[in-house]
Amino acid sequence: MVYGHLMILSVKDLSVSRGGRLLLSGLNFEVLPSEALVLTGPNGLGKTSLLRTLAGLQPQAGGEIITENETAVYAGHADGLKSGLSVIENLRFWADIFASRHRLNDALEQFDLSDLKNRLAGRLSAGQKRRLGLARLVLSERPLWLLDEPTVSLDEPSRQGFYKTLQTHFDDGGGAVIVSHTPLALARSPKVMDLSLFAAQGFFTTEVDAFL
Amino acid sequence: MMALLMRDLKLAFRAGGGFGFAILFFFIVTLLLAFGIGPDVVLLGKIAPGALWVCALLACLLSLDRLFALDYEDGTLDLLTVAPIPLEAVVFAKSCAHWITTGLPLALVAPLLGIFLDLPAEGYLWVFLSLLAGTPALSMIGAFGAALTLGLRRGGLLLSVLVLPLYVPTLIFGAEVARRGTVGMDVQTPFLLLVALSFGALALLPFAAAAVLRINLR
Repeated sequence: MVYGHLMILSVKDLSVSRGGRLLLSGLNFEVLPSEALVLTGPNGLGKTSLLRTLAGLQPQAGGEIITENETAVYAGHADGLKSGLSVIENLRFWADIFASRHRLNDALEQFDLSDLKNRLAGRLSAGQKRRLGLARLVLSERPLWLLDEPTVSLDEPSRQGFYKTLQTHFDDGGGAVIVSHTPLALARSPKVMDLSLFAAQGFFTTEVDAFL
Repeated sequence: MMALLMRDLKLAFRAGGGFGFAILFFFIVTLLLAFGIGPDVVLLGKIAPGALWVCALLACLLSLDRLFALDYEDGTLDLLTVAPIPLEAVVFAKSCAHWITTGLPLALVAPLLGIFLDLPAEGYLWVFLSLLAGTPALSMIGAFGAALTLGLRRGGLLLSVLVLPLYVPTLIFGAEVARRGTVGMDVQTPFLLLVALSFGALALLPFAAAAVLRINLR
């Protein structure tokens, strides 16, 4: 799957709010093909709210998000798994939603789920569930992955497997916005943005200063 | 949309809850009503069509509060919102699954439960047909109520308070079809109005419910 975008996401003077409270303002950034943007900052700052805003799950308080329709896929804290369905049934459901049944085996193999495919999702460990949740990203065939702490619950081999999948996505011209509290061991160093510099109650500087 | 419908049906059948509990509740309430009224077969036969409709309507309410709540809690609703499927189609598919697992089984067993209420033999067909035509409206109106109360504490209670008044027109025409059919009167007018209510609900409420869901997901 090779994506053919010149620019995947552009954010201009974006403000983000939650429950009527302004959390972040003055955000300007772009995500280009094969590029990862890692968002950092303390808990409660609005990182998840920003991701949800980028995904279109909540409206922005101000500013502009420029992206094509059906570009992004979101992976939040909850993986959207049905414990009463097996691993393969969960994936098949999302494959049908994204019309990508041909990617089912890729998704199973990339996240080392082939041996678990007939096990009920409710009987998986937290790490296995996380892998199953992330496997959905492969099925989406969308160029922009919005990931909220994707490596939580993953052991080292699973983490390496995820980095490999992420690298394949970048090699295909995809991009990602990732909220993470731990450094990501990607082949190409991602752009890192400290969101505390854009906290609405605190000070904020220019976008250049914010990129570490 | 078919994938979502099939998934919901699979989950409902595997969980074994859904229609099983609704039918059991329908059975118990009908039985309680028969015991409460006593052995006056004339009175029982007279109120049977309306009573069956009220019991079926209450049974229909049972599983409504979980219609979107499970998908909301496990994050599926967020993921479906950004998936290439309109939220209106999600509402429609989930309401159809609710009808297949609740409304349809209730319509099928209602004539059998009519025996407890001494429903005249002429009424069996009309109780079934009226519920068959009216329960899609109950599922769709219920889906709208479930969307409104999504994420609220004690949402189930609020859902009943919100939805029951909206069920009144369906109940009036549904019970009237069953009553008229039982006594051999012409049922065309109330039956057409009942069908119109169901089609109207199916055509309009997915949009209203999806709009409410979008607000609740923010």
